[in-house]
Amino acid sequence: MQELMPATGVFSLLWLLIALPLAGAAILLLGGRMTNKWGPYLGVLTVVVDAVLAIWMLVAMMGQGAEERTFNDSVYSWVFAGSFKVDMAFQLDQLSMVFVLLITIVGALIHIYSLGYMSHDPDRRKFFGFLNLFVAAMLLLVLANNYLLMYVGWEGVGLASYLLIGFWQYKPAAAAAAKKAFIINRVGDVGLSLAIMVMFVTFGSVSFEDVFSSTGQASEGTLTAIGLLLLLAACGKSAQFPLQAWLLDAMEGPTPVSALIHAATMVTAGVYLITRSNAIFDAAAWAATAVVVIGVITMFMGAIIGCAKDDIKKSLAGSTMSQIGYMVIAAGLGPVGYVFAIFHLLTHGVFKAGLFLGAGSVMHGMKDNVNMRRYGALRAMMVITFGTFVICTLSIMGIPPFSGFWSKDSIVHAAFESNNLVGICTVLAAGITGFYMTRMVAMTFFGKQRWEDDVHPHESPAVMTIPLIILAIGATFLGMALLFWGNIETWLEPVVGYEEHEIAIPELLLMAITLAIVLIGAAIAWIQYARREVPVAEPHGNLLTRAARAELYGNEVNDVLVVQPSFWLSRFLVWFDNAWVDGFVNGSAATVGGLSGRLRKYQSGFIRSYALSMVGGAVLVVLALVLVRLS
Amino acid sequence: MIGTPATTGEAVLFWVCAILAVLGALGLITSRKAVHCALWMALTMISLAILYISNAAPFLGMVQVIVYTGAVMMLFLFVIMVVGVDASDSLIETIKGQRWAALFLGLALIVILAWGLGSALSGVPATGVDAANREFGGNVQGIAHLIFTQYLVVFEVTSALLITAALGAMVLAHREHWKPKPTQEELSKARFLGEEHPGNRPNPGIYARHNAVDTPALLPDGTPTELSIPGPLRARGDIAPVDIQDVHQIEEADSL
Amino acid sequence: MNPSNYIVLSALLFGIGAIGVLVRRNAIVVFMSVELMLNASNLAFVAFARTNGNLDGQVVAFFVMVVAAAEVVVGLAIIVQIFRSRRSASIDEPNLLKY
Repeated sequence: MQELMPATGVFSLLWLLIALPLAGAAILLLGGRMTNKWGPYLGVLTVVVDAVLAIWMLVAMMGQGAEERTFNDSVYSWVFAGSFKVDMAFQLDQLSMVFVLLITIVGALIHIYSLGYMSHDPDRRKFFGFLNLFVAAMLLLVLANNYLLMYVGWEGVGLASYLLIGFWQYKPAAAAAAKKAFIINRVGDVGLSLAIMVMFVTFGSVSFEDVFSSTGQASEGTLTAIGLLLLLAACGKSAQFPLQAWLLDAMEGPTPVSALIHAATMVTAGVYLITRSNAIFDAAAWAATAVVVIGVITMFMGAIIGCAKDDIKKSLAGSTMSQIGYMVIAAGLGPVGYVFAIFHLLTHGVFKAGLFLGAGSVMHGMKDNVNMRRYGALRAMMVITFGTFVICTLSIMGIPPFSGFWSKDSIVHAAFESNNLVGICTVLAAGITGFYMTRMVAMTFFGKQRWEDDVHPHESPAVMTIPLIILAIGATFLGMALLFWGNIETWLEPVVGYEEHEIAIPELLLMAITLAIVLIGAAIAWIQYARREVPVAEPHGNLLTRAARAELYGNEVNDVLVVQPSFWLSRFLVWFDNAWVDGFVNGSAATVGGLSGRLRKYQSGFIRSYALSMVGGAVLVVLALVLVRLS
Repeated sequence: MIGTPATTGEAVLFWVCAILAVLGALGLITSRKAVHCALWMALTMISLAILYISNAAPFLGMVQVIVYTGAVMMLFLFVIMVVGVDASDSLIETIKGQRWAALFLGLALIVILAWGLGSALSGVPATGVDAANREFGGNVQGIAHLIFTQYLVVFEVTSALLITAALGAMVLAHREHWKPKPTQEELSKARFLGEEHPGNRPNPGIYARHNAVDTPALLPDGTPTELSIPGPLRARGDIAPVDIQDVHQIEEADSL
Repeated sequence: MNPSNYIVLSALLFGIGAIGVLVRRNAIVVFMSVELMLNASNLAFVAFARTNGNLDGQVVAFFVMVVAAAEVVVGLAIIVQIFRSRRSASIDEPNLLKY
């Protein structure tokens, strides 16, 4: 276990990392139209400053000894309810450091890209406000030192995601997609809050320090329960099966949003959660197995869906789903895989952002058309976009020496270390990855022109292409840099643990087989989409194609299992309210009315009737008196 | 009079007066004409007065006769006269079930009171008021002593009540004149400007066979006219029927 | 002579008076029935005075008489007033205070 260092020097500015974008968001959102002119630049500035701070902190951290890299900064006491104490405190260790770097650097690049992409949008100040809000929330998520504070960040990114997906709220599809994302996320959030409650009941505290050091005291059943609940939360946030239906719809949002949130950072929060809670998963084998199973299912699902979608962003979303599946598998494998899950997360963050921003650049030139069947032969018109896109594609397919190769192969290796079946699955999925990525490149940049009449594709302005170039450089070199120069295994080992086992076949042979399968997939796609004619109208397709286009019927399943029962429940409740509750209220009013209607007939106006009732009463009183007093 | 012990004389007196009182009460509630009710009531009050006297309360008995029977009953009779001596209730009961309920409740009341109170007192020997009467030299003096010492406040309050009642009755019975009383000149003008014939109405007895005030007079053509009957009788509908023979006789006399 | 006899007689007269109030329609006869009830209670007071051996009962009966007289005065004045405006002495007539 690491020693907790006090936050001194540059680390005392930890709170600033969160405060800057939060202030930016507040100024931009509350300032209103006054801030329209300079607002976007302020939004960019906050994140750039954050990136600089992050790099500075990295340098300072590298100067510390390996066991002394966890810095704790407590800002104030947040909850003190009897024995339950939670502080607003930040913890910067190796794991959160890499996340902070990813969020701030990639975030800064995407902010700069958005200056160009959203330059025509009248609401762009709001956009930057929401983006800043997202960055602040995500940083809070990874810097929190206890589960409750992390939950705040967790919810915050969910909120930012909702706001950003539905940014063009006048589009019904966007509004619906935002709502869908938020609701499905909420299901996952229930898992996290239940996990926190179980943790409190079991351990008496929710801070990382206390929970992770006390896992020995809890029963395996409890730990399995916590693990499964955390897995549910991760599924919601990272769009894993069964909570995956929102991710493809989330592509309704602007492309920078898709790049930042739904590729690089928010969807990786689930992986962060599992990796951070490694102490729990290490102690609960069933939960870890469940994680791997979910990861495998999602890996295949995402890949299959990505193969059949004609919308470039939805295809990339399917790819994201699949790649996160890889990360989840690695996280579920235990100490053999945690490091590589994070490694792949980092490289994926870079090249996926590059792919999305490249798609955005293509859309920008094709008048915001997303249908790949209307692209074709764009490589001459958009050279930089083409170049960066291809580099990121090679990276994601796992072609050496690009960064994806190193991270994906490490995961394949780790999979074989634990379970051969899982390993074979990862290799197969790598082949499918090669297929759909090549398909994407072929349909977009090669083949014949299938453009619409009034479209004149052109390269995007420098403010958009420069981030693309930077990301492409990262996609090339980041893998090697992290593995060989940064020694990512030893860097992360103090936090997550690292083991290495033997595998059945030699390492180089495994690499070669994986590469071959990837190239076979790529070749199939090349022949299909670059050599042959791509029809503009969508062909009917075989059963698998149609199922993949329908997102493997995920929406239909959700509809039957959740949406329709909710409608029935609400209709039943309305009926119950009208018939029973209103009936009860109206019925009592009617009863009182009817009773009074009957009673008032006694007011006949006749004095003798009144006298009769008086005498009757007198008789009763006298009877009572006689019986009580005189007998 | 009689104190303790009770003698057979008192018993006889009691039974006679009791029966008379009950008879009077029953007559009160069953007579049709109001005047008869008043008379039955007077009978009951006299019998009660006698009973008071037999219970060694002579002052009370005298007050009962003088005030109750003398003043209060006379007041009743005056009001009956104003309201209408002839007025009699119909025997048909308009409120459903009232009679049976009243009978039942009344009997229940009697039974409970008589049984309850009667059985409570049956074992108690009567002390008799002879000693109390002798204390101050007589019944009147004894009552006077009590009224003017122990019950003085009650006495004063009751006298205030009496004064208030007298004033209230005067106010209630007073007829307010809203307009000044019409002079003879005004009455005469109204009569001649009005719609009715300004002349005298036919007197009763014109061609009349009977000289009763409630028999309508006959007009020259033989028809009876109700205008000859005085107003109050006419208002009450107290008009005697005219014999048709009278009309024929007049016609015969005409033709002669 | 047992004073309880007088009590029974008083109760009887009281009940008859109550029946009279409920059954008769003429306002004046109803009033007379009320007077009958008051008289019955007077008789009871006198009998109790005899039982207890002091004159308090008689004094109370005396005051009851006074009050009854005052009540008769005012009540009859009211009846006369009502008769003047309504031309009727039946107590079933004023039945407007109904539902």
